[in-house]
Amino acid sequence: MNKKIELFLTFLKIGATTFGGGYAMIPQIKNEFVEKKGWITEDEMLEMIAVSESTPGPIAINMATFIGYKEGKVLGSIASTLGVILPSIIIIMILSIFFNRFIENVYVSYAFKGIKCAVAFLIIKAAIELIIKMEKKALPIILFSVTFILALMMEIFGFRFSSIYLIISGALIGIIVYAIILRKKQEQEKGNEE
Amino acid sequence: MIYLILFLEFFKIGLFTFGGGYAMIPLVKEVVLNYGWLAEDKFYDFIGLCEATPGPIALNMATFVGYSQGGVLGGLVASLGVVLPSFIIILIIASVLKKFSDNIFVKSGVRGIKPIVMGLILAAGITLLIKNLNVAYSLDTAFTNFDYVSLIIVSVIAFIFVFVKLIFKKKLSPVIIILISAALGLAISLIFA
Repeated sequence: MNKKIELFLTFLKIGATTFGGGYAMIPQIKNEFVEKKGWITEDEMLEMIAVSESTPGPIAINMATFIGYKEGKVLGSIASTLGVILPSIIIIMILSIFFNRFIENVYVSYAFKGIKCAVAFLIIKAAIELIIKMEKKALPIILFSVTFILALMMEIFGFRFSSIYLIISGALIGIIVYAIILRKKQEQEKGNEE
Repeated sequence: MIYLILFLEFFKIGLFTFGGGYAMIPLVKEVVLNYGWLAEDKFYDFIGLCEATPGPIALNMATFVGYSQGGVLGGLVASLGVVLPSFIIILIIASVLKKFSDNIFVKSGVRGIKPIVMGLILAAGITLLIKNLNVAYSLDTAFTNFDYVSLIIVSVIAFIFVFVKLIFKKKLSPVIIILISAALGLAISLIFA
């Protein structure tokens, strides 16, 4: 089978069968491309996850583009990305057609009262799982707390401020503190020792 | 031009989301509310539906919001917008910048972004919880319309999740949690109604 078609079909399958967002896709991708096909080594897989986490965008798209490029250059990456996004797009379009009528039904609205609670639970759970893994040092704790309080205040007092500015500030603070100041300090300490 | 706006807004969202689908929720919420595209309630209803359908949450939200504003073409344009930044950046990294994630500036920037994203996600979850419980943001009327049904549902979900995790050492998947909560919502609302 042509490799581009195989890429497309494999990612189509992954896109259609992974519930629960991008991270849930990692074991599936590993199963298909590392274990079954052997196109990618375990190390390459870890490298791809690292790159996906340090670049913006949905992890699933990052991984599909990466694997597609490695196996079939630009055309391969287009085939993989299309494969992974098509099932979502088609399913959501079909759901959207019925969503408005569907949501007005009394019983459905009762069910959604429960679902909304589950969504709050899932979002808080995702945040807690990330916080547990956070570096327990002064700077990350301060950045986290300030953002959390600011975001809650925005909600309570109803003023709008794009979170994008907060994310950009985080990147700048990270670069200034970790890449410039801390590195200089380390170099100075090395100099002192010598 | 709604298609251009959809494309640009979702392109921006795709460009600034680090750390997976949940990180996208606050950004999409801001855009949707700023333009008045959807009521907040409906937005959260839809996230619930996204959790129960396959595929990346970010992409599901883009398709849904795009479709609601511009039909099939709107859905396609918004999806393309949210996917393109990732696609282009990864292509560049895969072909040219092989050592990208080892770069000291990239590493430091990501270390700074991570705690910010966690703060945003936790705030999004807590505000939704406050909304579900119908707690008002004022001291004297805070609990007048308190929603006990939602409190029961959230507590039961949390209890089941922790119970299964401790006893069976298994994490319930989001799909199962959504299904249980839908059944709970239906059952409890019918009993109280």
